[in-house]
Formats: sequence, structure tokens, C-alpha cells
Amino acid sequence: MSIKPDLDRVPATSEAEATSTRQGRVDTEAATDKKSIQTASQGKLMWRAFRRNKLAVAGGVVVIAIYLVALFADFLAPAAPGTFNSDYLYAPPQRVHVVSTDSAGERTVGLHVLGYVSEMDPDTYAITYEPNPDDVIEMGFFVEGDPYRFLGLFDSSTHLFGPVDAQDKVFLLGADSSGRDVLSRLIHGARISMTVGLLGVAFAFVLGVLLGGISGYFGGKVDTVIQRLVELFMSIPTLPLWLGLAAALPRDMTPLTRYFAITVILAIVAWTDLARVTRGRFLSLRQEEFVTAAHLDGNRLPRVLFRHMLPSFSSHLIASLTLSIPGMILAETSLSFLGVGLQAPIVSWGVLLQDAQNIRAIATAPWLMAPGAAVVIAVLALNFVGDGLRDAADPYSQ
Amino acid sequence: MNDVQTAQARGAEPPILEVRDLEMRFPGPKQGFFRRSHSEIHAVNGVSFSIRPGEVLGLVGESGCGKSTLGRCIVGSHRASAGQVLYRDAQGGVTDVVSARGATLRRLQRDVRVIFQDPFSSLNPRMTVMQIVGDPLVATGTASGSELEDRVGDMLVKVGLSREHMRRYPHAFSGGERQRLNIARALIMNPRLVIADEAVSALDVSVRAQILNLLRELQEDFNLTYLFISHDLSVVESLCDRVAVMYLGRIAELADTEDLYAAPQHPYTEALLSAVPRPDPRLRGTGRRVALPDDFPDPANPPSGCFFHTRCSYATEQCTIERPALVPGKDGALVSCHRASELNLMGVAIDGDADGRPVPLQAG
Amino acid sequence: MNSESKPLLQIENLKTYYYADEGVTRSVDGVTLSVPAGKTVCVVGESGCGKSVTARSILGLVDTPGKIVDGSIRWRSGAKCGEQPAASAPKKRDREVGGDEGEYIDLVKLGPRSERMRQIRGNEISMIFQEPMASLSPMYTIGQHLVEAMRLHRKISEKDAWARGVEMLRSVGIPRPEQRMNNYSFQMSGGMCQRAMIAIALACDPALLIADEPTTALDVTTQARIIELLADVQERTGMAMLFITHDLGVVAEIADEVAVMYLGTVVEQGAVYDIFHRPQHPYTKALLASVPTMGGGPRQALRTIRGQVPHPLNRPQGCPFHPRCDSMIEGICDVSVPQETLLERSRVSCFLYDEDGESNEATRVAREVVGK
Repeated sequence: MSIKPDLDRVPATSEAEATSTRQGRVDTEAATDKKSIQTASQGKLMWRAFRRNKLAVAGGVVVIAIYLVALFADFLAPAAPGTFNSDYLYAPPQRVHVVSTDSAGERTVGLHVLGYVSEMDPDTYAITYEPNPDDVIEMGFFVEGDPYRFLGLFDSSTHLFGPVDAQDKVFLLGADSSGRDVLSRLIHGARISMTVGLLGVAFAFVLGVLLGGISGYFGGKVDTVIQRLVELFMSIPTLPLWLGLAAALPRDMTPLTRYFAITVILAIVAWTDLARVTRGRFLSLRQEEFVTAAHLDGNRLPRVLFRHMLPSFSSHLIASLTLSIPGMILAETSLSFLGVGLQAPIVSWGVLLQDAQNIRAIATAPWLMAPGAAVVIAVLALNFVGDGLRDAADPYSQ
Repeated sequence: MNDVQTAQARGAEPPILEVRDLEMRFPGPKQGFFRRSHSEIHAVNGVSFSIRPGEVLGLVGESGCGKSTLGRCIVGSHRASAGQVLYRDAQGGVTDVVSARGATLRRLQRDVRVIFQDPFSSLNPRMTVMQIVGDPLVATGTASGSELEDRVGDMLVKVGLSREHMRRYPHAFSGGERQRLNIARALIMNPRLVIADEAVSALDVSVRAQILNLLRELQEDFNLTYLFISHDLSVVESLCDRVAVMYLGRIAELADTEDLYAAPQHPYTEALLSAVPRPDPRLRGTGRRVALPDDFPDPANPPSGCFFHTRCSYATEQCTIERPALVPGKDGALVSCHRASELNLMGVAIDGDADGRPVPLQAG
Repeated sequence: MNSESKPLLQIENLKTYYYADEGVTRSVDGVTLSVPAGKTVCVVGESGCGKSVTARSILGLVDTPGKIVDGSIRWRSGAKCGEQPAASAPKKRDREVGGDEGEYIDLVKLGPRSERMRQIRGNEISMIFQEPMASLSPMYTIGQHLVEAMRLHRKISEKDAWARGVEMLRSVGIPRPEQRMNNYSFQMSGGMCQRAMIAIALACDPALLIADEPTTALDVTTQARIIELLADVQERTGMAMLFITHDLGVVAEIADEVAVMYLGTVVEQGAVYDIFHRPQHPYTKALLASVPTMGGGPRQALRTIRGQVPHPLNRPQGCPFHPRCDSMIEGICDVSVPQETLLERSRVSCFLYDEDGESNEATRVAREVVGK
């Protein structure tokens, strides 16, 4: 339609002084304030906008914390994930005390937990646990514990915190059906659950951006074909698809191979979202005048695509990627929970949740649902970050 | 072509650009179950004219008249459906933009450049000024490194900015400054023909004046020819030597600026001129306002014969049947109106009265 | 400026600021102007001058982070224009809030969410905007818009409202109004939409119509007809108009009085003839000189205003225009803010004229030095 001057937009520059040399010409001196905004790239501007979103920043902090936990799992967990002890089946969580008095009236001061006194009910065979004030288990930092190999680099057995005496067992979040420490398994589970998402997203990224970009840029028949493909994939019910594919995996695959296979399976569905987002961005970018200008400047097609168009929507891409990860995490958790995803001895939150599958467990040992809480926190945090990135990605929002 | 003969008759050089029977068709809106478009929109519907070297040719019209599409066809951004766009380069060789491909087209696009309308969307927000203005040089491999920086810096100074601006991003500049960047990018390859597509329409009034003056200076410095596309008649009048008026994809009239504004020969031109509000309250109530009914015809379904006949107060039966050709009228102008020779239309030229106060020229 | 009767709308020292992380943007920084009954006041200025924000402040349409921080907007309560006797009685409200008929109320004090303000919007003061298609909801027909506008403020049956709606459309020059009532905004052209907007705005006979760049997005021929329509309506109904624009040509066509704004202040205001032919403020003069005149012939050299409008966060000290002013007086213009001076026929905010409207010795000398 008619040309409408963008009159409500205030000039973004802040030239302090202007002197004219010839009529119509303007020599400007750079203003010292605001210089940082003027030379700031799009990335810097985006970071500034992101910083203002408190929720997103909080989410970012949590996400980074979780990944750090995943990285240093061996060090942070009080025990190795596999150590079990039949004396402590379904033991409840132990409270950390600073001061306590035992039955003889002796006081203990310092970080410690109380051991258990267990009884088995003769009729129901249910075991009940009571904290035993006489069994004081001292806790400390940087204690010796189960040995591990730190990131495959060197051997160590130092743990951030745990029982001072390595023979004692500490169950800060209780124990599961085999007497294994839930907290340690939770921490180790972060490693698998959080990285499955990353790999899956990487696969989906390549596929999605490639197909979506081609679809959006060329339009026409190519676009139609690719879009129908996307719709085909999107219309298949995801859970049955995953179940089918996962169940088709051979049982004797090594856990690691199985892990990669699962990520590929997750990516098969996730690429469609990215393809759509990419296509949408390319379609709108195609009409931007600076793309026309890039063509008219003499650029060949590859250069227009990669040098001119791609940077323009990389921020959106990052936002979309970040928002895809929670879906992956939830998917893996669901699959493993149902028994067709990852299997023991791999520890992921989904695998951990298998223990929480029956009513008896939930009623009498609710701490087994802790991995569920971990999933919720991780997914929420990632969503906040992704939303914050997406909101900050628009170059023209003030 | 008539225009060429007229130009040569006047002893002028051969035209730098000659457009012959240009047509640009787009598929109409998709309808029906199978989403096919059943109609075609003739954005450009048989346009012929030529541009003399060194002149500023204005192209005016309202929205939907096809002037922007025409500009894109001339520069090769859209491939025209029919017709020719003949560009004559400095050595005298003639190439047809419409049929040019690949390297030939790219070579043409160094000589014929566009200044875009929207200062905000025509500059890539992710690239620095240096990268944007230098892009044509980099894309064609013409310059690199320090030579690139020098050339970009020189260009920035010529358009009234400074070398320090090279490191900045477009969002740091105001609308007027961004248009200067646009101009710098267009001129850095030393083109011969520049198409300004609504280059000042999105700017404030005072900034507009700066940019118009700049364009005029640059024309002298660089020996440029301009095709100035705009919907703003007063801007076009102040800048252009000749003006072409477009309506629904066709040229209604093409004349020297003074003649067009003082004595238009096409009824649409008359209506258009009379509709422009003049910044002088003394002229209120003077000047016959030619009232046009609101109904702009559907571009997918234009009227028969002369496109303008449905809104023209001078239309006769012939106008509904026969499409008028663009033929010479009075004073070397070209008009496409059956009744051009007999009509006496009113323009907007201002004459001074005894006290030096402006008085509109009366018709006739 | 010299209307004997009391004005319909009196804005006094209005200040509307926007608060953002980067700082405070003083979009409107002390604006005083008035709209007499039945007249058209045009507010002219370039981008960033605050003319749109001023208009929105009147009807309390300023969204966070903006707010009105100072000043008053006094409105003659209950004012309506009198095209025809009310075909229906005004709606009884639950409780009457605010002033009695004929008294002035301060719209700033009312607050944007008050009941009284809602009574005023669309009823006593109406507003039309720049993008006609975007101002109409695509979910409702024109008829539904019209009926709603009427039934919000009047006790009128739907049937009667519909009939009056048809009449309104006819009166704004829309052909076949009965059919148009059932059209949606996207089925109509820009010009037609704007006419429909005007009809909706006038449905309850407001005394004041605020028009915020209503023709900027339209073709020039359509613009001409819309301006004619507005002038026609004004003549028929005695309605007053506050017309915001950047187009000096439009101003010359329709204004009775003009207020020229720059960076949030009114630099000059007066009768349209005086503004155009006896401009006093350097900015007004420069603005008029930079507009190409139709009929002035080709290759006009346009006078420009050097520099550009500064970012509102970087307001110059003293007079907002002084960095770009050819007549700037060192030591005065860059230090203090000029007050509004009442001259013989207009008001100017410029140090070239002192409080009595006379130019004093110092400034006269300065003017000579500068070569005025």
C-alpha cells in the first residue's frame, strides 16, 4: 500500500554536535556516551536484553548449575551409583544434624547423620526404620569414598561431602529397592539425562535447519514436498513411534550404543519443529530488502545464504534449540521410565523413576520420586532460558 | 520508438536506458479448492520510455501503479514477463537486462544500482557499516584489505558521514543517516544509473531536504543518471528534469517537469496534481479540486480500454473500448489519452502577482 | 489564540515521560495549547517531537512505561457537537463521576481507567489513528463496530443503532452503506476503512475529534477526499478537531490554528496564516524553507536544517533547538529554557523575543551580529 513514514521512531543515534560543511552535508563527531551501544553487535545487544529478564537469568543459573553437577557427578555424589547394600532396602532419608544427644546423654556437635535401627514386621515383612541416636555418623567435606575415574583422566576417591568413615553409608535422600543411595544416583543421572538432550538436538539441528532452509528459501514445489514430509513426521504419534523404534533395538546392544541410538530416535521427531521455525524465518528474511540488496551487490547464492541471511536468524535458532532440549529430556525420561529407553546399569532420571512405578513404592517410599522433581526443575529452567533468548532475539525490539 | 526519435531529433546523446513494451505479470490471489490463481496481475502493463544520460527522470504514481515493480525489472531483481530493458554502457554496448543471466547480469548490476526505501530493513542489522557499504566490492572481488577500508572510508565522507562510522552497526544511526549509508552502498561501485526507489519517503521533512540536496551534489560529482521513483509529487518536482506518471501499470504521461506541472495533458495527472495539498493557506479554496471516486480498480481485473476511464470526468465511449497508445502530445511530451489534444487541463504552477505573492496559474 | 469564548480543551504545561532502563525520555515536556470549539488545531512536527504522545495523553492512552507526570488537561465536561438532537437518551451511569455539564474537569486527574474517562472516550472526545486497517478489529464487521460505539454511550436499541450506523456511513461518503455494514475491514480499501473509522468516531457526536496522522498511510488522492470529508463534517456539526500531522501541506489546507512542536515542547503557535507567512521561531522558518513548493519549478535548492533531531535521552541544555539554530545566542540559548512569549499574533518560545513580545537590546544586537 502507500508509503508510510516511520515517524514515531526516534532516531537511534545520539550525535552530540553537528556542523555543516557544504549545504546538505553533515560532519558528525562521535558522542562518547552511547558509543558502546553504537558499536555493539547484535549479540551484545541480545545479551543486554536477556540480562533484563530476571526469570531467564535465574533459569540460566540453574541450567549451568545442573550441567556443572553433571560434569562433576563423581566428585559431588557421596557414593558411587552402583553400590548397594541389602541392609538398607527402602531406607528413608536421613536428616543432617548439627547437634544431637544420644541415649546416654552425650552430645555430639558437628555435621552428622543418625544411623538406622531397623525392624521387620513379622506379618507384612515390611521393614521400618527409625533414626538411632546412638549411631552417629560423622559427615565431612572432601572425604574419601568410593573410587572413580574423573572424566576418564585420572583416578580419585575424594568426594565433596560424605561420611568421614568410608565404611559408613549415608542416605540423604533415602535408598531404593536395592539399598542404593538415591542422591548419588540422582546426581549421576543428571549426566545422562542432560546430555542426551544435547546430542539429540544436534542431530535434529542439522536435519531441521538444512531441510527448513531449503524449503523456505526456494519455495515452490521444493517447499511443498518438504512441508508434506514434515507434516508426515509430525502426524505420527510420537510415543508409539518411539516405543516401536526403541523396542526394535536389539537387546544385546551395549549401553553406550543404545544411548546413541536413543538420541537418534528422539531427533527423528524433533527436527520437524526446527524445520518449521527455520522455514518461517527464511521466508520472512527472503523478503527483507537487505537480502535483495545482497543479491544486487553481486553476491552469489551461497554467500547470500550464509553471510547475509544466516547470521540474521542465528539468535532465533539458538532460542529454538534451547527450547527443544526440554522436550528431549522429557522424551528420554518417559522412554526409560517405560522400560524401552535406556536400561540399567546406565543411570538416568528415567531409569531411576522405574523404581517409582508402583503404588507401594510411592506410598511408603516417596523419596523415590526425587528424579521426577529433578526433571521438572531442569525442564522449567531450560524453558525460561529459551523464552528469554527468544524474546531477546528480535533485533528491533527496544 | 517515438521517444528515441524525439530525443535524437533534439540532438541529444543516445539514451542510457531504453524500456520497450515491458510487462510484468504476477499470479493473482489463489482461490478455490486447489489453490490455483485464476487471474493475473499485470503490475507493469506495456511500458515504453527512455532515460537520457545525465538526467533525473521522475516516476510517480500512487500505490499499486507498478512503479516499484518497474524499478525492480529495470535493475534485474525481477525478471520481466515480456519486453526489453536496453542498457547502454559507457562504451556504447547495449545489453538487454530482461534476457541477461549470470555474469552478464552481475556486470549490469554494477552499473545500475538501487537506493532502497526503507532505511531500517535495507541494511543488515548483523553487519557493520564497513561490511555493508563494502559488500559490493567484496562480492565482486574488486577490493580487499586496506584498499577496501580506504574506499569505504572515502565513500562515507562523500555522503556526509565520517570514517569512524565504519565500526558501527546500523541500529546506531538515525533514518537520515541510514539513507546516507544506502546511498554510499549504491555508489561505491561507481555506477552510471541509479534507481532511487522512494529513497526519501520514510524520512522527516528536514532530513528529506538534506538527502535531496546530497543526491543532487552526488549527481554532479559522479556524473550520474537518476530514475527517481516516488509518490510525493512536490519532491519529484523539485528534483527531476522529466516526470513520468503511471497508473495501473501503464504510463499516462511523460513530460518535462515544468510542462507537466503547469499544463498536464492527461486527466489523471490533472487529478493527481490537484489533490496534493500545498503548504500555503492562501491557496486554500483556489484551484479546482478534481474529485476522483474512491474506487481504485482491482489490479487483477482492470477496466477495458483506457484504464482510467472509470474515474475520468472526460471519458467518452471510445475510452471504454480502445486502449490509448503513448503518443507525442504538445511540447514534446508523451501522453496516452484519446482526447489529449482537445483537453485544456489545469496545472499547479505558481506565478507571482504584483506583490510577489504566489498565485496559481489559471488554466488555459 | 484570541477566541473570546472559553476553549473546549485547555492543555496546560503537560509533561509525559517514559521511564526505561536507559533513562527518562521526556516525550512531552511542558506543552500548553488549547482547542477552541468548532475550530481545527493542527499540531505539526517531525519524529520525536511528542505530538502523538500529546494526543494520547489527552485520552489517557499512554501505556507504561510512560506516564503523565505534570500539567493539566481541562475539558469542558459534557460537551457534544450538535448535528442533530440526540436520537436517544444518554446512558444512565451507575454513578456520575466528575464535573457537571459545562464545568471543566481535569482529564489528568481522572486517570486512564476511571469511569468518567470511559464516558468521555468515544462520546465527548473521539480519536482516529494512522492505520485504518489496523484500527478495526478483523473479527467484527463495520456494523458491529458502529453499533457497539453507540450502545456504549446511549440507550438505544440495536435496530435503531443499526439504522443510525447506516446513516453515518452514508454521511461519510461510503456508497451502498447497507451492504458495507456487513463488511470486514480487510474487505475494504484504505480510504474506505478510514471513512468507516471516522463514522465510528463520530457516532456519538463528540465535540472534539483527535486525528493522529489519519491520512499519512493513504494515497494522495484518497487523502484529499478524506480531508475534504473532515472539513465537511466540521462545517455541518460544529465539531472541533485536533489534527496531528507532519505534512505542512495538509496543515495549510485545514488548520485554523497551528502548534509547531520540537522535542516535546511547543515552539510556536498561532493562526495558520501567521505561522506560514509570518513565522517567528527559527525552527518554524527553517521547516517551511525545507519543504519543496508545488509549482515552484524543477531543481529547487532546498534550505536544510543542519544536524538532526537529537535522541530524546540526549536533550540539549537550554533551548532544545539551539544546536541547530542559525540565530542562536551564546550564553543564553544554551543555558536557559525559553518561556512562551505572547506576541502580537502568536506565541513563541524563543529568546529572540523577551516577555513583552518586544525584542530587547541585547537580542537585537545579537540578531544583527548573526545577520538576521
